[in-house]
Amino acid sequence: MNEFIEARVGLRWGEQKPSYDVVIIGGGGHGLATAYYLATRHGITNVAVVERGYIGSGNSGRNTTVIRANYGIPASVRFYQHSLDLYRTLEAETDRWIMHKEKGILWMHHTEMGIRTERARAHMNQAFGAQTTFVTPEEIKQIVPEVDLEGGGRYPVLGGSYHSSGATARHDRVVWAYAEGAMARGVDVLQRTTATGIRVEGGRVTGVETDQGYISTRTVLSATAGHTTTITDMVGLRMPIRTHPLQAMVTNHYRQTFGPIVASAELAFYVSQTPRGEMLMGAEWDRQPSYSYRSTSEFLRSCAAKAITILPFLSDLKILRQWTGVCDLSPDSSPIMGMTPVEGFLVSTGWGTWGFKAIPAGGEQMAELIATGRTPDLIAPFRLDRFARDRLLADAGSAGTQ
Amino acid sequence: MKIECPHCGLRSVEEFRYGEIPRVPESITDPDARDIDRIFMKQNPLGMTVEAWFHDFGCRRWFRLERDTHG
Repeated sequence: MNEFIEARVGLRWGEQKPSYDVVIIGGGGHGLATAYYLATRHGITNVAVVERGYIGSGNSGRNTTVIRANYGIPASVRFYQHSLDLYRTLEAETDRWIMHKEKGILWMHHTEMGIRTERARAHMNQAFGAQTTFVTPEEIKQIVPEVDLEGGGRYPVLGGSYHSSGATARHDRVVWAYAEGAMARGVDVLQRTTATGIRVEGGRVTGVETDQGYISTRTVLSATAGHTTTITDMVGLRMPIRTHPLQAMVTNHYRQTFGPIVASAELAFYVSQTPRGEMLMGAEWDRQPSYSYRSTSEFLRSCAAKAITILPFLSDLKILRQWTGVCDLSPDSSPIMGMTPVEGFLVSTGWGTWGFKAIPAGGEQMAELIATGRTPDLIAPFRLDRFARDRLLADAGSAGTQ
Repeated sequence: MKIECPHCGLRSVEEFRYGEIPRVPESITDPDARDIDRIFMKQNPLGMTVEAWFHDFGCRRWFRLERDTHG
């Protein structure tokens, strides 16, 4: 973050103190939102957020900024719909412009099987409070005239769903809004501070070692993404998390307004227009587990091919930039939130390729859990012990990235 | 990114399928806990690691690959 922005946003950096009530590892959206809600909703301000780079330098600054709630299982729809509602009021609550724009998301299918699934999902979404309707190819053409219904001859558009409350927001502004709100209430956000160890005595967390010195605390939240297992290894906790890269790219600006977010389920492709007019797009996560931020030409080639299959006009645009994030993927493609067998050590992870939309609700619910010591009903299904209890939340089809 | 298949030579990663080799820590002794660990928990190593890969669009054989997940 440059000095100009820092001065305007009004961030006040703290000095590391020897002791805090709560230490949050990871200064991304989820970590900062948790700190914000701890301060605003529960009056807990003796909190440190430890970030090894700068705030929002991980996946919070590398995603494609889609906010939606059209998930495939009730627990997820409830949770993401709540997050979507919190996003709607975030500008009013924080008094900061996050460039939130509701534009709807069109989710297309190219196979009969996909249509069946999508119809069921639209009904299920409505039953649990998300605005999703099934749409025919003719209706799709009305929503987005640029779509090639023939799909280049190979991926004909057979139907899909329209999720009218789909939205986008400016990712770094979301991070700054939460950081500023937390800092104003006394939270210390410590940049360029790497957590190097977690001290556990008698099965209970007693402190965090950082490269800037030791912090004594009884509550630690791991809110890191790709490096989740680096943190959980420090307390000897086994995690169902594997780190895979996810890539994205933007084109130069498209002169017309492109309305909704468009996604293709079978192609694993999604695109939206940024406020600057660029077309922002992404595809599936990379097959190889890796912590590497390296971008590849394979991604450019395959993503561009998918893009022009359903939106031929994109072939006239040029690719401006590409980048990569490293994602914490869980086996059932649902997040993992809550307490762990190590007393005082909590996790908010498994956000994989779907974490940005969940920042407000994830932060709010984790803050409530930390403040009250009880797991809120909304996130109870996402507990870590669901794997051992055989209560999986399989929802890979709703991620759109595989 | 390219992967060296022992049978087909250097090919694009898109041709391959990844397969994790489960490694349950010795410290877990309860049989049920070992099963849960083997099915769900991941190694997720940061650095050099040995993995199983399947050449989907090639020789269709499994092989072991040493790779650095950091780079």
